[in-house]
Formats: sequence, C-alpha cells, structure tokens
Amino acid sequence: MEREEMLRIFCVGVGGQGVLLATRLIGEAGLLAGISVSMSEVHGMAQRGGVVESAVVLGERSSAVLGEGEADVMLAFEPLEALRALPKCHSGSVAVTNTAPIPPFSVTQGGAAYPSIDTIVKIISREINRFYAIDALELALKAGSDQAVNVVLVGFLTSFMENLGKKIFPSKDLLLAALRRTVPSKIFDTNRLAFEFGYNEFRKLL
Amino acid sequence: MKELTSNETSTLFMLGNEAIVRAALESGVRFVSAYPGTPSSEIIDRMYEIRRETGVRVEYAANEKVSMETAAAVAMCGVRSLCSMKHVGLNVAADAFMTLAYVGVKGGMVIVTADDPSLHSSQNEQDNRFYAKMALVPMLEPATPHEAYEMVKEAFEISEKYGTPSIVRTTTRINHARGVVKVGEYRKIEGEIKGVFDKDPFRYVVVPMVGRRLRVELLERLRKLEEVSEKSSFQIIRGKGTLGIITSGVSYLYVEDAVRDLGILEKVKILKLGMTFPIPRKLLQDFLSEVESVLVVEELEPYLEEAIRIVAQESKWAGKIAGKEYIPRAFELNVPLVRAAISRFWGISYKPRYEAISPSVLPRELPQRPPNLCPGCPHRATYHEIKRIFGSEALYPTDIGCYTLGLLPPLSMADFLICMGSSVSTAGGFSVAQDRPVIAFVGDSTFIHAGIPALINSVFHDHSFLLVILDNSTTAMTGHQPHPGASMTREGLCEPKVRIEEIVRACGAKAVEIINPIQVKRSCETISSLRDSMEKNPGVYVLISRSPCPLLERRIVKKARRIVFRVNETCDGCVRCLGELACPAFYKEGDRVQINPLMCIGCSVCAQICKSIKPVKLH
Repeated sequence: MEREEMLRIFCVGVGGQGVLLATRLIGEAGLLAGISVSMSEVHGMAQRGGVVESAVVLGERSSAVLGEGEADVMLAFEPLEALRALPKCHSGSVAVTNTAPIPPFSVTQGGAAYPSIDTIVKIISREINRFYAIDALELALKAGSDQAVNVVLVGFLTSFMENLGKKIFPSKDLLLAALRRTVPSKIFDTNRLAFEFGYNEFRKLL
Repeated sequence: MKELTSNETSTLFMLGNEAIVRAALESGVRFVSAYPGTPSSEIIDRMYEIRRETGVRVEYAANEKVSMETAAAVAMCGVRSLCSMKHVGLNVAADAFMTLAYVGVKGGMVIVTADDPSLHSSQNEQDNRFYAKMALVPMLEPATPHEAYEMVKEAFEISEKYGTPSIVRTTTRINHARGVVKVGEYRKIEGEIKGVFDKDPFRYVVVPMVGRRLRVELLERLRKLEEVSEKSSFQIIRGKGTLGIITSGVSYLYVEDAVRDLGILEKVKILKLGMTFPIPRKLLQDFLSEVESVLVVEELEPYLEEAIRIVAQESKWAGKIAGKEYIPRAFELNVPLVRAAISRFWGISYKPRYEAISPSVLPRELPQRPPNLCPGCPHRATYHEIKRIFGSEALYPTDIGCYTLGLLPPLSMADFLICMGSSVSTAGGFSVAQDRPVIAFVGDSTFIHAGIPALINSVFHDHSFLLVILDNSTTAMTGHQPHPGASMTREGLCEPKVRIEEIVRACGAKAVEIINPIQVKRSCETISSLRDSMEKNPGVYVLISRSPCPLLERRIVKKARRIVFRVNETCDGCVRCLGELACPAFYKEGDRVQINPLMCIGCSVCAQICKSIKPVKLH
C-alpha cells in the first residue's frame, strides 16, 4: 500500500464522544514507540453537540492538519460524520466507523432526514476498499460504559493496523500503556476491557 | 497535569498551550493574567489549575486590557509576567499595548496573542502580526508546540534584556496542536511575589513631554531589536536550491510537506522566519541574492510579502516575487493548497499517488450538525419568555457567549453582533435610529468585560431599551472560567465578589428586575410588566435572568438527576414545544414529540408550557 514512513489518521465524531482522547492515545503511544508524532484538534463548541475533528500523524510528515484527500486512515465515531468526512480520504484509504447514530438536532426535530446506516455503509464501501462498520456502542456498554466508544474504536483500529502490517502504528502494548497514563485510574479497567473488546472484534471479522 | 510541574527534563506529548505554560514556568514567571478566549484559554486554565504547586499568582482578568495593564505593572517591578489572549482580545488591550511599548518593562513580560485563521471560534480572522509592526514590539512566531516552548523562553529573555514587552503570536494550529516537546528543568520559585518599583515619574508618566522622549528611545530600541532579529537562531535556512520560499509559523510545516511531496528538496531554499518583527532585512537581502525567484507562503495578510518587496526594491533584486496571487488570503492553509501554489508558480507537475474522494459521491444534502444550547440550558428558557412577550418583531442585539447560539432557528433571537459588549452600545444606537423595541442580550462575564461603560453611556443619553443579562454564573463557552460576579468556579460554589444587580443599579438603570428563567410563568409576568413600564416611561431597563449553567453546576454539586420529563398520551401533536423551545432532548416520532430520557436533565421548562409533559421519577 502507501509508503510506510508516514500514516495520517483522521478522527471525527460528535462532541462528548471522546474523539480528542482517542487521538491523543494514539499520539502518546507513538511517543512511547519513539516515532515522530503530531496531532491537531479543533476544540470550540464541542460540548454543545457540534462536530469534533482531530488528526494524528505518525512518522515523516510535519503537519497534522489534513486537507482534502489526505487521510490514510479515517476513524469515525458516528456514521453520518463518517460520511460527511469521506472527502478527507483518498482511493487508498482505509476506514472504520461506529454504526451507532447520534441524530443531529435538524433530524430529531423532524426537518432533515438521517440517511440509513445501510446507505452510509454502501456509499463509503464503494469508495474505500477496506472499510469496517462496527457497533462500538454495544461493545462499550458490554465493557461497562457508553463513554468507552472511543477506546473500543482505538482497540479495533490497533488490530486492523496490525493486520495491514502497518509497523508505524503503535503496538497494542504501547496503546495500553498510553491508556494507563491518560485516563483516570478508576476508569482504567473499564477502558482496558473496552480496548480488548474492540481489538478482538476485528480478529473475529478475519 | 503533573507533567507541567515536573522538575526534570523530559519528552512530552504536549498541547501548544501547555508548552507555553511550561516555558513560562521554566522562565520564572510569577504572575499570569488573562481573559479566556479560544484558542488561548488553556494557557490561563492550566496555570490556574497548578497555581498552588507553582506559587504563581494567576488572575482571570475582567478583560484583556485589564490583564495587560496588571501584568505590565508587575513586570515594571521586575517580576516576570505573562498575559495571553485571543487575537481580538488584543484589540481590547490595544490602548495599553501601544503605549506600554513606549514605557517598556523592567522584568520580562510576554504577551501571547492567539490568532484564529478560518474563524474556528471567532468573529473575524484579523492578522495580529500588524500589531507588532504598529507598536514596534518584538514578535516571535512558532510553528510547533516545541517551538512555542522555546520561543516563550526566548521572548522572556528579549523582553527583559531590551526592556520591552514581547509578543508570541500563535495560531489555532499551534495552540491546539499536540507535539513532542523536550522540556527543561523547572524549579519552583519560593517566597512572596515581590519586586521593587523605582519611582521615575518623568519616565513612567506618559505626558507629551515624556512621550516624545520615549518615542525616540523606542526607535533606538527598534534598531537594537533589528540586530537581534538578524542574528536570531529562529531564522532558519534550509536547502541550497535556487527556488526560494519564505514562510513563517505553521505555514512552514505545510511547505516542508509540500516540498517533500513534490520531490523538489534539492531545488528549493527555504527561509523560515521565527522572529517576524523586526524584519531581518539584511538576512532577507542575502537570501534573495542566492535565489532566482521567491514564493512567500503565509496565512492571512501579505505581511511578510510586503516586507520582502520592500527589501527587494531596496537591494534592487530583480527576481520574481509571488505571494497572495498564489496563496489564499482567506482561511487556513494546508499541504494540498501550498503544494498546488508551489506547483503552479514554478510549473512543477504533481501526480498524487491516490485520488482524493470527490464530495460528489455524497448525497446532495446531509443534515447539518451545528452546536446547540444544551438540554436544560437556562438561556433557552429566557429566549422563550422574551419572545413570548416581545415577539419576533423586536430587535435583538446580542453578544459573545454560548447564548449567541440563540441565533439559530427556531429560537432566532439574535439580530446584531460585532464584538464583546457590543449588544449594550448598539442597543442604544438602534433605539435612537429606528422604531422597533430593542432588547439586548449579554452574558454575565461579557457584561463585566465590556458592557458597563456602554450601559452608563446609554443611561447618560436617555437611550431606550431592555438589557437582558443572561447570568449563568460562569464564563461557560470558553470552559467555565470564573469572573467577578460568578457564584461558581470549577472548584466549587463561591460568593460573588461583585453583584451584577448592584452594578446596574449604580449605573442608573430605570428599573432592575431579577428572574429565574426556569420559572416560566413568573418570569413572563415580570417581563410583561417591564414592557409596560418601558412603554409608559422609556429609558434603560435591565433584566437579570439568573440560573446557573447546568453543565458546570452538575459537575461541581454532583447532584443526581431525580426526575426526567416525558410526553404523555394526551399530546395532540401540536409540536409547539419544538417550535418554541427546541430542546435537544426532544425528538419527533411520527407526528408526536418525545423526550430522550438520557438527555433530559429535568429542568421542567417544557412541562410549564405544555400540559402533556409530565415528570417521571428516576430510581
């Protein structure tokens, strides 16, 4: 696939889903692995239900701001936002999305229509060869918290990147070490479990 | 957070704003003051969180002008100080800033101005580099969090050595970037924060006679700073080619990546300016003499480009200079934009390995996801009540805060906004020049920041409007920072130091009423009687709508939800609740509205406007 010396990961979701923490986990793990890593976030009105985007770049690339067609990997926390962010990807990208929708206000109040999950998956699958849609919310709830969707997705992505032979992506051990450093100790066990569920979910799909 | 105050040198994955905090601590800062504003807020927030460990005095200032003046006085006593602000904050502080440059400082003083290209969370995308040029104050522009760390340290040194405040000018992509930062040793400074102020009124009291002398000294200092800029280790030259690129700040990263993508590393010579005021003219002349043509890559205004054109003219350099005709002037840059500009300017072809996915594959209209007032937000209740009494015909100047989201339909309660505090003064102007009733909205923190002189002005000039102060007891939008009138901080409840009702009474408002907007009927009665009084006896009236921000309140009081609300079977599907309140917890199911029990915080406002909405006890 693309050159191994760099990997650009674009994360997108909705305020409150822990998008920034997930991105940071990958970054912290990259730092533990001793590779060059940078990240960019857009904060702002995240808490008020808006879209949250962030990117983490591993390896030989200076900027973590991704333009159109620059994401090698898209990690989406919400299916509609996965679809909206598709132009960030290119014909060689890989992608993962959570399938649990968070309908925006314009939909819940009865004006706009939320595209069906099938439609979303179909459109993204047409453009991206290796694309996985998983119910990360269900796995997070199984691990003990709806707040752990982000870590489920990082677990899934870790396994996926291993499978693709992406050596630049940090190992499971380093991600768990980063998790321990990053989340408060009282929620570490739930998050570790969420990570394992995500990690194993990918292996089941093989 | 522990990392910010660790003693040892180490390598950390830090937010740009955290790198700035660490650098200031290592530089021996003892005083930090700021009014919060995205993307600068984490600087003061982190400083505040660690203030006990560091012994640094950290003040959330009433506004940016106040923060700069306070920090200036501290620096004047030989104690190092820092103030940070978003780009438009420097407009507020500009009066202090321009003349502080004349007077100078004794201890190091660093001003961080955080610009926001692309207006991620701002009302404009002004380029604050021109402030350094206007005030003749040295300016450093980092490209990465690590450079922000190094430059803040250097900015303190330059400031103290040359007796001038220094600017560190960042952009959102520095403040909110995370990168690897190698931090140095940090030693807490023990003891009281005390310096010495040596009286010297004919130097420090800027009457015209003193100002004239300081003006001449300022120009002398400028010459010295030009030398600093010429020799600064932050002016970096890379490559040996004849295609010249001059850049600064985060644009440098885009240039590096674009040049790598295009495979033209051997052909280019890149000058990355880290100190962008004063402009290093000799360095630029030398650079120009070694290349055939130059592309200036910078975000926003042609600040460097104009300086380079002057240098080229002075040195009779005849090569081609290109800038804004290739590089967009509006909004942020990124690698594809810079790559395209380089490719077009020098006719270098580029074949991407992969095609970007075209937006045309998406359905034509995807539902938008704008940010929204939270479920249970008291601002929503206030908007509902005001609209019920004054209708859509009234004119609603608004201000900067969460409540600006009242702009969005169906609330549609915002008609005019330019800057912090403008609601109050523009309400005065509107009341003079047109006939609709005028109701202005301003937040508690924003009122204290810039609303008070405007209110006094309107009282003085017999303007006629209702000022609604939306008092949620915190500076919610930027992350719940405390302000002088707040009754909550992130650390718990507190007594307000200043009472907003006492201020507005003292300003001379005709009447001041206080409502709790969560009590709909009673609030509407108060608003209605205010309207009657205004009709009979026009003037400036104030309504304080007071109810704490539930986001912060829940966090600090840790109050468990006892009830949520539910729509029962008597609902006739009138959907008035959607049209009038539009709480995010509502959702439409068929013809009827339901309430998402996970989102409902039990504020009860909807149940007060509709008989079909009833409480349900949670167990």
